[in-house]
Amino acid sequence: MSAITDAAPVPRAGGGIAGSVRDSLVVAKRNLIRMTRIPEIVLFGLIQPIMFVVLFTYVFGGSISVGGSTDPKLYKEFLMAGIFAQTVTFATAGAGAGIADDMHKGLIDRFRSLPMARGAVLTGRTLADLVQTTLTLVVLAGVALLVGWRAHENIGKVLCGFLLLLLLGYAFSWIGALIGLSVRTPEAATSGGLIWLFPLTFISNAFVPVNGMPSFLQHIAEWNPFSATVAGARQLFGNTMPNVPKSVTGAWPMEHPVLASILWSVLIIAVFRTLAVRKYRSAAV
Amino acid sequence: MPGAIYAEGLVKTFGDVTALDGVDLDVPEGTVLGLLGPNGAGKTTAVRVLTTLLQPDRGKAAVAGIDVLKHPNEVRRSIGLSGQFAAVDEYLTGRENLQMVGRLYQMNAKAAKVRAGELLDRFNLADAADRIAKTYSGGMRRRLDLAAALVVSPPVMFMDEPTTGLDPRNRQQLWEVIQELVAGGTTLLLTTQYLEEADRLAHDIAVVDHGKVIARGSSDQLKARTGGERVEVVVHQGDQIAPAREVLAGFGKGEVAIDEHTRRLTVPVTGGAKLLAEVIRELDTRGVEIDDIGLRRPTLDDVFISLTGHAAETATEGSDEDAAVAAATPKGHKETRK
Repeated sequence: MSAITDAAPVPRAGGGIAGSVRDSLVVAKRNLIRMTRIPEIVLFGLIQPIMFVVLFTYVFGGSISVGGSTDPKLYKEFLMAGIFAQTVTFATAGAGAGIADDMHKGLIDRFRSLPMARGAVLTGRTLADLVQTTLTLVVLAGVALLVGWRAHENIGKVLCGFLLLLLLGYAFSWIGALIGLSVRTPEAATSGGLIWLFPLTFISNAFVPVNGMPSFLQHIAEWNPFSATVAGARQLFGNTMPNVPKSVTGAWPMEHPVLASILWSVLIIAVFRTLAVRKYRSAAV
Repeated sequence: MPGAIYAEGLVKTFGDVTALDGVDLDVPEGTVLGLLGPNGAGKTTAVRVLTTLLQPDRGKAAVAGIDVLKHPNEVRRSIGLSGQFAAVDEYLTGRENLQMVGRLYQMNAKAAKVRAGELLDRFNLADAADRIAKTYSGGMRRRLDLAAALVVSPPVMFMDEPTTGLDPRNRQQLWEVIQELVAGGTTLLLTTQYLEEADRLAHDIAVVDHGKVIARGSSDQLKARTGGERVEVVVHQGDQIAPAREVLAGFGKGEVAIDEHTRRLTVPVTGGAKLLAEVIRELDTRGVEIDDIGLRRPTLDDVFISLTGHAAETATEGSDEDAAVAAATPKGHKETRK
């Protein structure tokens, strides 16, 4: 008689890697549906990097010396990998704010009371962010082409360059997940997810060549994981400048940027995923 | 044989605040335990421990016969949780919310879809099923939240203040649903600060204050502790207090309490409605004009006051959630999510 208690299917045992993947995809789908319902988030996520492309290209373009030349065309080539990389790291703020919001609204409690894989709520969120980052990057690459940026390698290498960037973005969204679980409000997660990104992305080879920096900053910049990805993408796009040395300080990541970038990203994922999942299990606001 | 919900010596502290101070519970299968207490008493903390959301510092707990601390994921298969703050995704539709929860209870896509449809019908949400939950009223959201907790018809349910913040009509509807659920054999632990709610829904009541269970028993047993029924009379004029008092003294089993200002006289009695009729006849014979008369049974409010020395801090209608947050936050309790 009662639809409440009748005939509900008994849940089968989940678990294992398959269960974990499945639960993560369910959560990812949920987050992607949310994105279509709040398109302004995706839209605002696009405006800033587009602004950066335009501003850096036209405002700084004629003034910044790349390999001894201030030719704006050279700067465009140099700049885009940097802006792309900065853009993917902004996924941090999105993941953080989203997870903090879920905590705040009590949804994390709902998820934690369900017999689902432990890391799935966070993995689902980071996967959804990866999809958003991919979209952003596609649009951004289009804008970059419009303002005159060109890649000089074959399509396979160029795609690998974008994969390298996406891997970094995915890694950073795990940092965001940890921030989101650690702060008290979504607002704090947004600012907490962004503030440290400015020094991180500016003390790097992304916007200016490292050789103009003071010596101690040169060391920091060249060991910065972010610089490795920028250099790696530049190499795969064929945007390296003949007159800009690979490395000023001789740092290993600058000599092998693609490999270094992959290693850095994997390391970040391993560390921050572990910390975030542990935090999730004990999460309580 | 411990019951469907069992706890022994649960202790949980947050910094220097003791949220649980040795809580024991035992809820037999198929019954409802009402956890009654003011804000910050430890009710929510107890629910969070029993639903695997929080590790206690000390103590044991088992739900559906499964150790909560040792096998939390097994416990999660057997429970449904409906929270104080309706935990649904407001940017998903009602249907999407229920399907997602079904999938995460490890149902396959088709089963989750069928079940979501059944629940939406049952909870009168079919018309709103494909609207995002953000557009729902408070009552609709609460029903959706409850539906989400019932996706797998768990044998054990936890409801943390299910009707806080709801208007009387929605509260009534939700009570009916809960009663139907219990009639179907579900074991339920319900926290509430509404005494009426515990009275109406719970077989047994545990009164909680400052992290401890200070009394337990059926509603009737608890009421008996505060004394039996009383006759209350309000006379029309002040000069009628004296004759009315004589009448009541003749029927009463104790001292007649008088409030001159409101012209109210109260006396403990035994004999119920039959006696009340006699009292009325006698007052009439003596020519005492009465404004009001009634047989008053002790409420759980009376119980609470006699047990704790203070009234249950029930928040007023409409501002419950704000009041709950305001009351809990300064004390540093983790009772309510901010």
